[in-house]
Amino acid sequence: MWRDALLVAGKDLRIEARSKVAIGQVVPFALVVVLLFGLALGPAVGRGSVLSQAAPGLFWVAVLLATVLAVQRSFAIEALDGASDGLRLSGLDPAGIFVGKAAALGSQLLVLEVVLTGAVALLYDRHLAGGLLLAGSCVAATAGLVAVGTIYGVVSSGARQRETLLPLLFFPMVAPILLAATKSWDAALAGTPGRGIGWLDVLAVFAVAYLAMGTVAFGPLLEDA
Amino acid sequence: MSLTTTTTESGTTPARAGRTGGEPPSTERAAPKPHASGRGRARPLADVALSAVGACALVGVAVTVWLGLWVTPPDRFMGNLVRLLYIHPSIAWVMYICYGVAFLSSLAFLWPRTRSLRFDKLAGASSEVGVVFTGLTLVTGSIWGRPTWGTWWTWDPLLTTTALLFVLYLGYLTVRRIPGEPEVCARRSAIAALVAFVDVPICYFSVLWWRSLHQAPSIADPVTGKTYIHGSMAWTLLLSFVSFTLVYVWLVARRYRLFVLAEREDDEGLAQALAERRAESSQVRA
Repeated sequence: MWRDALLVAGKDLRIEARSKVAIGQVVPFALVVVLLFGLALGPAVGRGSVLSQAAPGLFWVAVLLATVLAVQRSFAIEALDGASDGLRLSGLDPAGIFVGKAAALGSQLLVLEVVLTGAVALLYDRHLAGGLLLAGSCVAATAGLVAVGTIYGVVSSGARQRETLLPLLFFPMVAPILLAATKSWDAALAGTPGRGIGWLDVLAVFAVAYLAMGTVAFGPLLEDA
Repeated sequence: MSLTTTTTESGTTPARAGRTGGEPPSTERAAPKPHASGRGRARPLADVALSAVGACALVGVAVTVWLGLWVTPPDRFMGNLVRLLYIHPSIAWVMYICYGVAFLSSLAFLWPRTRSLRFDKLAGASSEVGVVFTGLTLVTGSIWGRPTWGTWWTWDPLLTTTALLFVLYLGYLTVRRIPGEPEVCARRSAIAALVAFVDVPICYFSVLWWRSLHQAPSIADPVTGKTYIHGSMAWTLLLSFVSFTLVYVWLVARRYRLFVLAEREDDEGLAQALAERRAESSQVRA
């Protein structure tokens, strides 16, 4: 399973390295969202401004929006040239395919989160603190996000209205992750990481649950898509 | 007795009379029957039972309204607002039943030994009713929240998770409509139902996990069994739970039958179209 996962992840990342869609379109999109939040919530900058206070939540909403695009991209490359048939006929373990696709997505998202963190710190004037908790919740939240994204990516890839269906399925499912990640970032940035540990646990539980669900369910879903 | 019921069936419902005739076999009917007690013949009996359930539900709701609005006394603290007690908790209770049944029947579909499209239809019917009742829960709760909490909506964990349930299952119903082979659709929907169900226990336990505005269930103490509500109020509350549960049973049974009829229309529509085309071609030849 792990060997298959590595193969699939390598394939997805190679495609990304050659096509540069994530870095050329998804990351800029997330930056645009961050800028739009800045315009919507007022230009006032400084400690205590709305933007600065809402920075953790805005960061995670931007990540969520970008995740949908990344998931759509990840399954768009399977839809072309009968790639999905190839994947099904390849004899790879479905659980491995799931883990591989999720890992490729996750590593792209982690890069995006690093870029966005810089943008949020800079544009919203928020001093970064509690680096370990920030990084930990990024990893746990991303694992949960890509698990849900990959499950629903393959569910909606069979639908004719896949562009609109995926966000409808994806956002309610990851709402707990948004809540926990925001709370944990809030605690870290406020300099009280002790309050964020519980939320980090919540994130880890969701990540494990969703990943387990995906590993079990991906086989039949891929067959049907 | 069985003979008479069969004749009345074929006599009263011409649509069903063709059932014994040449009908294309479908996976649904070939599948093992969980309630295989002569289902084809027991249909009129089921119809009668269903009508009885519907009538009971109607009477129960009517009596609940009468008791709730006129007979029961106003509450010491909440005054007349307490009358919402006779609809809001029971609607929320039905919502949990809906999603519980959808979850269990999706599991039953995925379990190879009980795999049957019946369970897929049951899950579809139950979750559709569930979405309606989730909407009703939100609306009645909102109406209750305005005078007691001073706001229509608050970001309380229970309210938020209930709103999420509403959207999650709307998504599930959309997944059900993705076209495909019945078996494929059913499996996809069953998995989606299991995924969506994650929120249900979170929603239910949120009042216990987080201290929040919405109170924990306070009809009876789960540990001591001591009830906090007495006399006519307790009876009305009990009646409301029973009658809304009957409403649920009736709605799900009707919706289930609608699924079956829609499927039969698909089958017979195809057969009919084929027959018409054949008749046309024989006319042309003659």
